[in-house]
Amino acid sequence: MSILVYTDHTEGRVRPVSLELVGQGRALADTLGLPLTALVIGDASGNAAAQAIAHGADHVWVAPGAAFTTFRAQAYAEALQAAIAAAEARIVLVPAVAGARDVAALAACALNIGLAADCTNLSLDDAGNLLAERPIYSGNIVTTVTFRSRPQMATVRPRSFALPERDPARTGEISELTINLSPLTDCEEVLAFAAAQTEAVSVDNASIVIAGGRGVKGPEGFAPLYELAQVLGGAVGASRAAVDAGWIPYPHQVGQTGKTVRPDLYIACGISGAIQHLAGMTNARTIVVINKDKDAPIFKVAQYGIVGDLFEIVPALTEAFRARLDR
Amino acid sequence: MKYVVCVKLTPDTEELGEVRAEDVAGTDLGVTMALNPWDEFAIEEALTLQENHGGDTVAITLGSDESVEALKRAVAMGIEETMLLSDPAFEGSDAWGVAYALARAIESLDSYDLILTGRQSVDGNSGLVPAGLAVKLGVPFVSQVAKVLELSESNVTVLRALEDGIQTVRVPLPAVLAVSKEINEPRYPNFMGIRKASRAQYLATAAADVPRLDVGQVGAASALLDWTDVRKPPARVTTCELISGATAVEQTAELVERLIADKVI
Ligand SMILES: Cc1cc2nc3c(=O)[nH]c(=O)nc-3n(C[C@H](O)[C@H](O)[C@H](O)COP(=O)(O)OP(=O)(O)OC[C@H]3O[C@@H](n4cnc5c(N)ncnc54)[C@H](O)[C@@H]3O)c2cc1C
Ligand SMILES: Nc1ncnc2c1ncn2[C@@H]1O[C@H](COP(=O)(O)O)[C@@H](O)[C@H]1O
Repeated sequence: MSILVYTDHTEGRVRPVSLELVGQGRALADTLGLPLTALVIGDASGNAAAQAIAHGADHVWVAPGAAFTTFRAQAYAEALQAAIAAAEARIVLVPAVAGARDVAALAACALNIGLAADCTNLSLDDAGNLLAERPIYSGNIVTTVTFRSRPQMATVRPRSFALPERDPARTGEISELTINLSPLTDCEEVLAFAAAQTEAVSVDNASIVIAGGRGVKGPEGFAPLYELAQVLGGAVGASRAAVDAGWIPYPHQVGQTGKTVRPDLYIACGISGAIQHLAGMTNARTIVVINKDKDAPIFKVAQYGIVGDLFEIVPALTEAFRARLDR
Repeated sequence: MKYVVCVKLTPDTEELGEVRAEDVAGTDLGVTMALNPWDEFAIEEALTLQENHGGDTVAITLGSDESVEALKRAVAMGIEETMLLSDPAFEGSDAWGVAYALARAIESLDSYDLILTGRQSVDGNSGLVPAGLAVKLGVPFVSQVAKVLELSESNVTVLRALEDGIQTVRVPLPAVLAVSKEINEPRYPNFMGIRKASRAQYLATAAADVPRLDVGQVGAASALLDWTDVRKPPARVTTCELISGATAVEQTAELVERLIADKVI
């Protein structure tokens, strides 16, 4: 028996949320006295496997080969099913990110495993069963999901757990998984892939998010926000109004129909604070608002606010950080 | 070509904050209910595909009798046929139970080719039903569909948005597609549509009326999960401190000092 973590990666670069889950998986495994297993699918899985071990995994199952070169939901799900069997998984943790979410859902349903989606905290009850905390009703209600059967499975949002320390001296075993893919996997043909222009940090992994709304007035209006984000090593987010206007692509959208973020610092610039936007960002540790309307509802969720024109305040803030942090 | 759209009645997003924890387990949330906003994109896509490729559209929902409102909205937008799955036997189903019942109901239609769903529901938030539906039907599943590029009698080619880029994916029909909000701009119902929706008949289909539906696989008894300790999240205690100052330079310098003192930076 073991705890299994689905280690999502891009060409061997492990997503931070995967390592966060390796860290939490390690804690659960230690409590239960079980080994921690990881699954790495695809090419360059050797490097990803080494990272999983350095961060806490005891044993890594890898699934290399032509069938897994590019993401295919069904093939990856069947690999996860095979790993759940091989690892005799009692608890399975999967990052709640695009792609991995489908893999978790397809595998769990096929094996009739209960799956708690988009969790933000995990613990164990006295009997060693998983307790999975998750927001429902778009963050307006929280519940602790309990399971009636085993294995028990959860997808977990980025930044729900701290990144574990990397210990290069840690050792672990790596083995190749044997998988008999079903004919259904052949149905899913990936004809092309267009890599997104990769930005240094994505909005859901960032510890600092600088977000802009209709108040930035146009695509150029995001430039000062990017500058501030760069100085702070953060990412740029947006309201739906800015995304719908075509000023910034959808992956930046924060809110109910966008991403849910929980950075240490969220700076909202020219965003009014509609309930659907708040659904995506009120779990930020500190919220700062820059808005020229002192009655904008977003001030109600903020710790600090500056009433003023963002085109004046944001560049000044960038300069103030540059000066103070010597960057 | 038959397009099947799965829709759900959920709280109006403006009123989600008013939902009380103690009402979640019950049948009446005491707030205005509306079509799950994600499902509007699925309906719109079915209608656009129908306009371009011909075929028939049907909307299906599983829920209480009140769920007719979701079907009405679908009809008002232009969907032709509807199916309401309503039975006490379905109450308390988890995502796999809902997916199972929807799959059996879809199999009972005279045909089905493209099954379209929203990305997630704004109440349950799981996004699990679409994948479950594909598993229960034994057909391919593509989620985060940002565009349908090509549709033929035998297959569909779409763009799938992943974390690090966009794939072009082709799958044979029938298939389940969960659409993303980038896919289209949902239309508003027009007067004719609203009148049609209000005059249409919405007959409930009970569990026993769905061929091959095993009631042992739906309802609270078959669920694998329980929602315990349903509660409001801890209130965000914030009194917003407005940073004053004569100039932007003064204000921002003060803000930086505060953030550093709070160890946020
Ligand atoms: C089903 C549904 C889902 C939705 N999902 C989302 C979602 O995921 N995310 C989301 O964000 N929204 C979402 N919305 C939309 C939401 O209701 C609001 O329409 C949207 O958030 C408004 O964006 P905004 O705050 O940028 O624009 P506005 O509400 O127009 O606010 C602009 C703000 O900018 C300020 N401003 C203007 N100029 C300046 C300046 N020079 N300096 C400083 N401040 C300035 C104004 O005072 C104002 O407060 C959703 C809506 C629905 C119905
Ligand atoms: N009870 C239901 N009846 C019909 N479709 C549903 C139902 N529940 C979920 N769906 C579909 O599945 C999608 C995802 O919902 P969920 O998995 O509940 O987050 C929704 O956008 C709908 O398209």
